[in-house]
Amino acid sequence: MSPKPAVLRLEDVSLFFGDTAGLDHVNFELRAGETRVLFGEAGAGKTTLLKVALGLLKPDSGKVYLFGQDIGGMTEQELFDVRARVGILFQEGGLFDSLTIAENVAYPLLNQRVLLAEAAANGGTQRPVEERVQEALNFVELGQTLEKVPSELSGGMRRRVGIARAVVTGPALLLYDSPTAGLDPITANTIIALLLKEREIRNTATVMVTHRYLDGHLMANFRYNPSSGKMERASRGQSEAATVKFCVMKNGLLLFEGTEAELQAAQDPYVRKFLRHGSS
Amino acid sequence: MLDFLKLPVQKFQDFILLGFSAATNVFRSPHYSDDVFLQMDAIGVGSLPIVMMIGFVSGVIMAMQMARALQTYGAEGEVGKIVSVALVRELGPLLTALLVAGRNSSGIASEIGSMRVTEQIDAMRALGTDPIQKLVTPRLIATAFVLPLLTVIADFIGLIGGFLIARYLLDIPTSQYWTSAWQILEYNDLAQGLIKPFVFAIIIAMVGCFYGLRTTGGTQGVGKATTTAVVVADIWIFVFTALIGRIFLYFA
Repeated sequence: MSPKPAVLRLEDVSLFFGDTAGLDHVNFELRAGETRVLFGEAGAGKTTLLKVALGLLKPDSGKVYLFGQDIGGMTEQELFDVRARVGILFQEGGLFDSLTIAENVAYPLLNQRVLLAEAAANGGTQRPVEERVQEALNFVELGQTLEKVPSELSGGMRRRVGIARAVVTGPALLLYDSPTAGLDPITANTIIALLLKEREIRNTATVMVTHRYLDGHLMANFRYNPSSGKMERASRGQSEAATVKFCVMKNGLLLFEGTEAELQAAQDPYVRKFLRHGSS
Repeated sequence: MLDFLKLPVQKFQDFILLGFSAATNVFRSPHYSDDVFLQMDAIGVGSLPIVMMIGFVSGVIMAMQMARALQTYGAEGEVGKIVSVALVRELGPLLTALLVAGRNSSGIASEIGSMRVTEQIDAMRALGTDPIQKLVTPRLIATAFVLPLLTVIADFIGLIGGFLIARYLLDIPTSQYWTSAWQILEYNDLAQGLIKPFVFAIIIAMVGCFYGLRTTGGTQGVGKATTTAVVVADIWIFVFTALIGRIFLYFA
């Protein structure tokens, strides 16, 4: 069986902020249907990697391929069209304060040129924006918050709106930047359940940045059961472990890449630190 | 050896590039006209009371102080001329711009800066919107449109302030004050009085946006961006008022 096409590929990418390395000769590849869990201390370059992948930051050297296209030489306008196929959840949520929740979730549908062009080409067959927004918010179980503004919601709820905004376009690649950071364990698990639910339904290629080992462990070993609406341990046959890989970053270097078993067997004390976090 | 110049030169270059793309966006779709009107309301209508006040006060002060000096020559009847020339040429545009810079360069920098540190600017780019088109250009258009208007209003209110002093303190006849105030003005003065606020508007909007977009370092960074924006805008306003004044003297 031929391997699935690469959704995102970084070739020897470096980016320096002054003397500090954001990314230091990073090679990274993600294929359709795969999940990468990215660990690392604060300032290790995790967020930088996501932003470089999306063309929000331009690398000093190296090449970035998104859906097979080299985004290095693209203008901002051309990048918009590529980014339309990517959903991203920002660490700080990145919700627009001045817009309601419904307007926030509708934003990509109403502002992405490609999506607007597609909608126009499909004529009346495309479902109305309101319906898709409602569906995305129902997906994150916030269907009743349409008219609220972000400041009225709790941190966990804002994160969920962020997820709704990321998935509303039906993207081919999802980037989650610290989806559970700063949340209590129960809310954090709810968020991970949503990510599993998304994967269960659409099987989108995903990069998740996190500090919690548990997040990665859940992604690798659990699945969402649509009938019960809960997370459950994936049985051996349907284990996600094969498609979920773990990466560890340190000072812009991609220090480790491998399966959960390989991560657990790793000897590097820095890498092991993230395992200890999980057991604590 | 010239390394210390590298940073400021690069910053200036970034500023010019931002200004250039903001200006070219004026002619490129999508146009966010809602945002333009929103900003006109915030910058124009919002600044109106304070601008009227400063206009009035400067007219009053000018008439009162100049009257004393003019009395020594028995020429207090000419007070209208002085108020008119000083306000329309120099003080109206300058004071209005300084006030609006204090109010709106800071406002723009803090608003955009907060958006920057909460990743809303990145979110915008990720979701298909050019932040320069959506945030900078509407503020530029709005300020460039309302600042000349505000200046005209400030000039006029200042003349009224001067008139009240002339009429009720100096006993100058109404018609004498207004005629002298009107007749002294040349097209050159009016042009100067309208070109200045237009240039200042560009400075106010662009400096606010520039420092807002460069904000780093959380809420502390927003505070710093805000302060820097006001100081830098004020400095450039001073530089350009001297420059434009000098150019018009040359043509006069």
